[in-house]
Amino acid sequence: MSNLHMGDEVVLTAADLATLYDILMQQGFQAVGPTIQDGGLVLDVLGGPADLPQGWTSEAEAGSFRLAPRTDAAFFGYNLGMESWKKFFYPPRLALLQVQSRDDGGLHFQACSQEALPLALIGVRACELAALAVQDRIFLEGPYQDPVYAERRRAHFIIAVNCTEADAACFCASLGTGPGVTAGFDLALTEIINDREHLFLVTVGSSQGAAVMANLPHRPAWEELRQQARDLVRQAARSQSRALSTADLPRLLYDNYSHPQWDDVGARCLNCGNCALVCPTCFCHRLEDAIDLEGREAERWRLWDVCHTLQFSYIHGGCIRVSPKSRYRQWLTHKLAAWIDQFGTLGCVGCGRCLVWCPVAIDLTAEIPAIRGQQVKM
Amino acid sequence: MSALPKLAVWKFASCDGCQLSLLDLEDHLLALAGKVTIAYFLEASSTVLPGPYDVSLVEGSITTPEDAHRIKQVRRQSRLVATIGACATAGGIQALRNFTDVRDYIPVVYAHPEYIKTLDKSTPISDHIPVDFQLPGCPINKNQLLEFIKALLQGRTPRLADESVCLACKIKGNICVMVAEGVPCLGPVTHAGCGALCPTYHRGCYGCYGPKEAANTASLSARCRHLGLSDQDIVRLFRTFNAYAEPFRQESLAHE
Ligand code: SF4
Ligand code: SF4
Ligand code: SF4
Repeated sequence: MSNLHMGDEVVLTAADLATLYDILMQQGFQAVGPTIQDGGLVLDVLGGPADLPQGWTSEAEAGSFRLAPRTDAAFFGYNLGMESWKKFFYPPRLALLQVQSRDDGGLHFQACSQEALPLALIGVRACELAALAVQDRIFLEGPYQDPVYAERRRAHFIIAVNCTEADAACFCASLGTGPGVTAGFDLALTEIINDREHLFLVTVGSSQGAAVMANLPHRPAWEELRQQARDLVRQAARSQSRALSTADLPRLLYDNYSHPQWDDVGARCLNCGNCALVCPTCFCHRLEDAIDLEGREAERWRLWDVCHTLQFSYIHGGCIRVSPKSRYRQWLTHKLAAWIDQFGTLGCVGCGRCLVWCPVAIDLTAEIPAIRGQQVKM
Repeated sequence: MSALPKLAVWKFASCDGCQLSLLDLEDHLLALAGKVTIAYFLEASSTVLPGPYDVSLVEGSITTPEDAHRIKQVRRQSRLVATIGACATAGGIQALRNFTDVRDYIPVVYAHPEYIKTLDKSTPISDHIPVDFQLPGCPINKNQLLEFIKALLQGRTPRLADESVCLACKIKGNICVMVAEGVPCLGPVTHAGCGALCPTYHRGCYGCYGPKEAANTASLSARCRHLGLSDQDIVRLFRTFNAYAEPFRQESLAHE
């Protein structure tokens, strides 16, 4: 079979997806991706392409998410569910350490094993690749590395998917993070369903991806199909009604600390923390120690945490962010302003999860223009 | 001086479910018996040791003049008082009567109303005496109770978060019932502790653990209206086991 290189475009049929899956299995990967469990769209282990939500689409709006049947048999005809890939690299709940008191009075410390199977991520969208890149900066770059994240991120295979449709909640186009994938994948698929054929235009993104494709019965891509793929992605971008303008960030937020809009959103926000929990870039966690009754054995756990709780800002003497509005302001200001100073990138990739999974439909793409609309300079 | 701290468990107006959580500790119970002297716990043993007690766990709300007096005696004999459960912490399901006139009910329920001596309202323990610690829940979570007792014995702060149920849901990977199914859910305004039991089974949270800190019930109600709930539905939503907890009480009154 032909030698493939990065950037090459070839064509697979829908039936080849099973072969691709089998090759990844033979190489020792565990496949994870979108699947429907108990009526909900989740990310979990896939037993094969049949586990993908084929023939389903998503309808995501502020405060609302539904799955609906499609008229075609697309494997990737929905956008994002509640869960993001961060759960695989930065697990919600993780045992870190066990401590035992020894009979001689000393203590025995044992780090918990963090070994994980190499994952093949199937169906990663452009905004999610951008989110992984943001978390890479947080956990892998700078003076402190997160060993758990590093270990899990070490070996994996990424099959990205270009979005050919966008949900009403998506605003990646305005941030330049999607809907087409540009980097950070091994293979990228564009799913195209014509009158007679169900095809995938495949872009090779790495040598690892090229090696896998070499074992698959692919055809070279033809121009008409390429054009069709480009048009679909462009259309997905054009169809996005939400947008986030970043031109005046971070100053807009730093200069408007006392803007009345914070009172307005503070009156609506439940401080429930869902926005940060579903955000693919938020990285806060807490450490919890569990000690047995005898005081002989202890465990240290790491759990996701969010800046919306009172406890989050507790320091000696009390909590810093007592008012609900101050906690929402912390969240939004970190995502869209302080993040830039801290990591050189925005903390938002435009996935829309925070507004979809907010129980009261608070939408950052509406809050920011409200602050911008009538700025009150301090 | 006794070597082991003395534990007392008191019952007021309640169903005994929270005391049962203590008995339900099963394998931990024996170990616990080696760490504390169970000095007063009528549900478990008729052996009663005299006070004072190091820790008193109080179940139930105050509904009679006798109980209003008795709780003061409990306080006087106890170094530390912790309420266990929604009744002791917020007045319980029996506080539903606080929204009506209890005298209307007595003749309907009792053949001899003249024997019934009751207070107008079912009130939480903290309305009557200073309380050192409150464990919410209907019933309490036995693991939280164990954590509380362990923390006392080990001289540390108990690890009992006052955040929303949503954190537990998301950490478990539950798909939000409110967003994905349009089911009204009290989770975002409810104190964590149950491990998101009901949403795990596609039910909206009933608020068994009472209001979380800074519970924004008004905003949640507004969204429930949007999901199709009537004022009456919203009153029902907030009027259950923690109906008399201040944020829930105010919210149900606002929709009456
Ligand atoms: S926005 Fe809040 S939860 Fe997210 S990373 Fe920042 S401080 Fe943490
Ligand atoms: S802030 Fe909201 S839209 Fe932006 S990445 Fe996070 S969840 Fe997605
Ligand atoms: S913005 Fe929405 S999801 Fe975030 S804390 Fe407030 S109510 Fe919860």
